[in-house]
Amino acid sequence: MDGVTPAIRVEDITVAYRENPVLWDVDLEVPPGVLMAIVGPNGAGKTTLLKSILGLVRPAAGRVFIKGEPLSRQRRLIGYVPQRSSVDWDFPTTALDVVMMGRYSELGWFRRPGKRERELAMQALERVGMTDFANRQISQLSGGQQQRVFLARALVQDSEIYFLDEPFAGVDVTTEKAIVGILKELRERGRTLLVVHHDLSTLAEYFDWVLLLNVRAIAAGPVATTATPEMLAMTYGGRSAYLMKQEGGDG
Amino acid sequence: MNVELSILLTAASVAIGCSLVGTLLVLRRMSLISDAISHSVLLGIVLAFLATRDLNSPWLLVGAAAVGVLTVVLIQLLLGTRRLREDSAIGLVFPLLFSIGVILITRMAGDVHLDTDAVLLGELGFAWMDTASVLGMDLPRSFIVSSAVLLANLLFVTLCYKELKLSIFDAGLAASLGFSPLLLHYLLVSLVSVTAVASFDAVGSILMVALMIAPPSAAWLLSRSLAQMLGWSALLATVSAVGGYYLAVRIDSNIAGCIAAACGICFLVCWLLAPERGLVSRWMQQAEQRLLFPAQMLAVHIANHEGRPEEPVECNTENIAEHMHWQEQFAREVIGYAQRHRMLREQDSILRLTEEGRGIAEKLMLHG
Repeated sequence: MDGVTPAIRVEDITVAYRENPVLWDVDLEVPPGVLMAIVGPNGAGKTTLLKSILGLVRPAAGRVFIKGEPLSRQRRLIGYVPQRSSVDWDFPTTALDVVMMGRYSELGWFRRPGKRERELAMQALERVGMTDFANRQISQLSGGQQQRVFLARALVQDSEIYFLDEPFAGVDVTTEKAIVGILKELRERGRTLLVVHHDLSTLAEYFDWVLLLNVRAIAAGPVATTATPEMLAMTYGGRSAYLMKQEGGDG
Repeated sequence: MNVELSILLTAASVAIGCSLVGTLLVLRRMSLISDAISHSVLLGIVLAFLATRDLNSPWLLVGAAAVGVLTVVLIQLLLGTRRLREDSAIGLVFPLLFSIGVILITRMAGDVHLDTDAVLLGELGFAWMDTASVLGMDLPRSFIVSSAVLLANLLFVTLCYKELKLSIFDAGLAASLGFSPLLLHYLLVSLVSVTAVASFDAVGSILMVALMIAPPSAAWLLSRSLAQMLGWSALLATVSAVGGYYLAVRIDSNIAGCIAAACGICFLVCWLLAPERGLVSRWMQQAEQRLLFPAQMLAVHIANHEGRPEEPVECNTENIAEHMHWQEQFAREVIGYAQRHRMLREQDSILRLTEEGRGIAEKLMLHG
């Protein structure tokens, strides 16, 4: 033991849909204060891993600890930015209102958001450069603006550990840079971030840690020593290489 | 209480009650669940009746709510097998439960007033005949029941407003924050079931579906927040109920049918004329959009010739069509658009850029 409790510890998580394993026996330790990417090919189980850590998907086996405790006791520490496409942007509401949703757990059941929540939400919108769009209907925002609103909502949660699912999917370059800036700033302030990412070309530039995932956890650690060409080949070519070996054996 | 007033009050309270839970269903994209539940709750009513032998027992509502929840659970189970789609799952479940209800009525409760016609159409016109006394007032029984249900629905949407908004918009975040979207979902389903029972007597299950889907769909076109949508829904439902009643009196027809028709008309009007999301407004926006690029070209053209010797010719309103190779009519539209948007102004038949128009032209010429 090195004495530091990992921010997130995943032990032997297996998730299966109708007996097809989506995640096979994944182990993961995320040290506190890192900006960590989960990368892997389509269908590797990246989103599923995120959701099972958050308790949104029930694993067939395995356990999750947030700072050494089960999730149910640590919900307050967690901020979550789902995939932008997972919600209905035709819902009648404004950007400001969506950001205030990040304060709902502080409010608890039945209490309505008030002036303080509004101020915090406006500050968060300012940090993502969306002040002018506070009262805009969310259906009228561009993809990049919608993603900024989601990020602002996570910011008002003021969490210790953030989970982001493809925050760069379908956003413009300016928004991507702005989001990266904020993620790095959060890391500087000691937050831990686990981000589903799909663009290998920006991996080293944006992140300091990485999990290579393809149904199994291939490797995890600092980007420089983990995302080596061999390891990436195993992650992205693993399946096909395995299949080819089998076919070769048959013939 | 006089006949007309009791019919109107009953119709309005049923309409508002339906429209409130209907708003949540429409936003959750599960409005057809209302159709399923409106039929399957019959089984719950029959079972509760067979157990209590009392048509006015509150257990009928409990039975209905239970079967309503059962309907949704069965649909979810079928969907979980990933062997069929949601519309098929809905279509399989509710006819089954409804038919069991129908068989039970005809075999075991044939002597009771629980006939299937009334379930489908209802008869608002007779609301005033069956009364009960509440707080010393003699009120129609269906009005008492429907206003109790309206109150329950109103309490639900006001007390759980923030929770409902979050779990409908983003169930994932709601769950991760520790709110239980599933609990709210089943509460909603229970309330839809209870609302269905209360609406049976008065308006029947078909009108109930109309009231749960049409006013909220129209309200969505007018609303910028969930609260507004609930308000508009309730208002449009009331207007449809009252308007439908007078239509029925006028043309001497079934009241429930006329109210359903009024719901449809209300929706149609909003669909056409809603300020931002209506069809007409969309057309006008698109027509305007069509002129934006030509107006920008015109601004660039003027900027190129502004202050030069050829200005009086090139920038003359009369010559624009010729120089830009446009039809006369189109040129007039573009000039009109550019003036409305303060890009240009006309001075002695010569078009000149405003500050704003010059900015636009310069930006375009710089960045292409």
